[in-house]
Amino acid sequence: MANNKKSPDHYVAPFDETPVDVIDAVRVDDKVSNLWLDAWRDMRKRPMFYISGVLILLVIVVALFPTLFTQVAPDMDCQLSNSNGAPEPGHILGYTKQGCDIFSRIVHGTSTSLSVGVIVVVLTTVLGIIFGAIAGFYGKWIDAALSRVGDIFFAIPYILAAVVVMSVFSAYRNVWIISLAIGIFAWPSTARVLRAEILRVKNSDFVMAATAIGVSRFRILIRHVMPNSLAPVIVVTTISLAAAIVAEATLSFLGVGLPTTFMSWGNDISQAQSDLRTAPQALIYPSIALSITVLAFIMMGEVIRDALDPRERATR
Amino acid sequence: MNDSKTPLLRIEDLSVGFQVAGGEIIPAVKKLNLELMPGETLAIVGESGSGKSTTAHAIINLLPGTGRITGGRIMFDGQDLAQASEAELEAVRGKNIGFVPQDPMSNLNPVWSVGFQVEETIRANGLAKTKQDVRAKSIEVLAQAGLTDAASRMKQFPHQFSGGMRQRVLIGIGLAANPRLLIADEPTSALDVTVQRGILDHLQERTANQDTAVILITHDLGLAAERAERLVVMYRGQVVESGPSREILENPQHPYTKRLVQAAPSLSSRRLVSGRASVKVSSMSTKQIADADSAIEVKDLTKVFAIRSGAFRSTPLTAVDQVSFTVPRGTTTALVGESGSGKSTVAKMLLGLEKPTSGSIVIDGQEVDLLGKTDMKSLRRRMQPVFQDPYGSLDPLRSITATIAEPLVTHKVGTRAERQARVLELLDQVSLPRSIAGRYPGELSGGQRQRVAVARALALRPDIVILDEAVSALDVLVQAQILELLNDLQSEYGLTYLFITHDLAVVRLIADRVCVMNKGRIVEAATTQEVFDHPREEYTQKLLDAIPGATVKFGA
Repeated sequence: MANNKKSPDHYVAPFDETPVDVIDAVRVDDKVSNLWLDAWRDMRKRPMFYISGVLILLVIVVALFPTLFTQVAPDMDCQLSNSNGAPEPGHILGYTKQGCDIFSRIVHGTSTSLSVGVIVVVLTTVLGIIFGAIAGFYGKWIDAALSRVGDIFFAIPYILAAVVVMSVFSAYRNVWIISLAIGIFAWPSTARVLRAEILRVKNSDFVMAATAIGVSRFRILIRHVMPNSLAPVIVVTTISLAAAIVAEATLSFLGVGLPTTFMSWGNDISQAQSDLRTAPQALIYPSIALSITVLAFIMMGEVIRDALDPRERATR
Repeated sequence: MNDSKTPLLRIEDLSVGFQVAGGEIIPAVKKLNLELMPGETLAIVGESGSGKSTTAHAIINLLPGTGRITGGRIMFDGQDLAQASEAELEAVRGKNIGFVPQDPMSNLNPVWSVGFQVEETIRANGLAKTKQDVRAKSIEVLAQAGLTDAASRMKQFPHQFSGGMRQRVLIGIGLAANPRLLIADEPTSALDVTVQRGILDHLQERTANQDTAVILITHDLGLAAERAERLVVMYRGQVVESGPSREILENPQHPYTKRLVQAAPSLSSRRLVSGRASVKVSSMSTKQIADADSAIEVKDLTKVFAIRSGAFRSTPLTAVDQVSFTVPRGTTTALVGESGSGKSTVAKMLLGLEKPTSGSIVIDGQEVDLLGKTDMKSLRRRMQPVFQDPYGSLDPLRSITATIAEPLVTHKVGTRAERQARVLELLDQVSLPRSIAGRYPGELSGGQRQRVAVARALALRPDIVILDEAVSALDVLVQAQILELLNDLQSEYGLTYLFITHDLAVVRLIADRVCVMNKGRIVEAATTQEVFDHPREEYTQKLLDAIPGATVKFGA
């Protein structure tokens, strides 16, 4: 058929302005990309990532090597003559009521806060993943049973529960017991998040495809379902680390946390409250340390959440 | 064309872009021009991402997210909509320009009754003032939408309506104010083929009665040609060709339009014949098919699901009812039916993903139900699936190599190096570059992902491949390409295909035999030729009639 049959209404775009491509040509970026790699690249573009990253790193270094930051012993060099004393060279933040160096106490208290945070998070994540994964993936009565167990723990405010546990174990108060007391009641939130995610992922076509290939149920859970469900768990984990640090400080403040022989920000804040008017520094500085540490982890959690959620990214 | 009339809508040099992070604007529509006369029906045709929907949304300024008009004019009835304020646009929307969205499932609010939503439209457009008038008008709209007993259905909620009914309601809402222009964005893509036809007839009748101009957005060239007087073909944000529908189909000028016309699976197309060297001749005569031994034999297969109807009660639902068919070795048998016909359940039972309630499945002379776990595993080596959704069927966190090698790893075939070599070989077979081996599914297009899924299915050198709507989610051109690939692979390796689809037009291109399913039963089974030329059942005829563009002659 020839061109001359064309009616005046028939418009054809100039070919050179509308080049036609090979059908479905493979076009990939130089950089390999998947969810984790993209999230990692995205995080590194955010100033918040560096700020919280540096703070978290600092907290870790201080916790591991306190003597790098202060030579003053936090509890042995205390002299009552320095009680509530003002800052002076070598003791930049002043003294507590007992005449101990505030800066040194803060530095040495870091490891307590961080250890509680880490132990709680390991505990809640392990319990949460086991309960959440089994409940979500195997479903039916297993899900019903495990979810009810979770609900029971979830229904009890974990601070209240920890107060009770710590009172019962008052003779054995240490970092492990307090972490256990917090963790035992905090894991259901991790389990719930993971369970919801696994319920979504296990209905994916790729799970059906793997089943049809002949991959075993357990392998499907480990290889396909879990990796695709972990993103929200990581976000929850980072934020719950901050929550655990707060919980420890709260319990210590209430007097049911660590004994006063332990260096703990919560303890220091608790002891400083009676002299708040005359010597606020003993209360303010540990509080600042606590706030910064908690804030750093919460900020990191938010950065990770935004990086992992593409919808969140698009609106920026 | 009547030149004395002034156009109802004239779009001049319209450009639309989407802003991405960093302030950069990605163009979606480039310098688009089109004209629409009053009462005329115009179809915009293009593949996904061509900018056809974006154009439609730009007209009434309903661009999603960060999209905005970056240039040009949209003259509607003497008013430039590109420059209009939000208040001016609100006055035009609904009253002068109606809109029918793509997905009837999500476009009615599930928490409000249907009547309430119709009344809302009527009040918003000031069509009636008093409560009684609004109600009367709403009932009228629903009655016009073809709902029997409209007054009592006002109180019903969207979930009590079928997809087709909802789309009728949405068309009714779109046309309630007697607009001069109706924009229908893929109005039937989410619906079954037989329902599709009814909806389009309804739409055509309504708009013809009210003398409403229509812009029909569609990816289906056949549908566009059948329903519209004029076509606009879009490709990558540009109009490549426009003009009278028939003329474009019979005498396409632009290379892209030519491609599109060639690829359109219409009734006039024949079964593909592979150019590759073949182990067996794939298109066999009826007699040969009868003589060939069967790869799959299904007898009286039944599946009953228990639907929960009370706390401790359940009602049985027979999804598959005494289905029997055989698939001769080295050929393709298509299982055709609408959604809910039970065709996918049959596939799942064959793949061992669902347990049959009764009946038998014989694969290569071996009874499936009686197989133990290890036998099932060996069976899976010989029978592999390809699923519909290319976006869902590949694990996004596993590389292409890991995905294709998974069957090999699962069945402990070969060493690591051998598996790696096999993956590269498979990539060659499905015409994908070897360089993507270390990439992830998210980096590939739908068609490419489906190739990866085919490669994975072929990894164990199976005899049988079950293709469950394997090309339904793809654009026409990509679909044609994948069908060709499947056909080539079949003739090269003597594969047996069970091809499950709702799309009869595709069946003609690939299948030797067809089984038509309706409500869990096979209503007709014959060779493709027989089914298309002399359908015996009324239902089959209905399906054939529903293929859009069946009445249009295609040129190339």
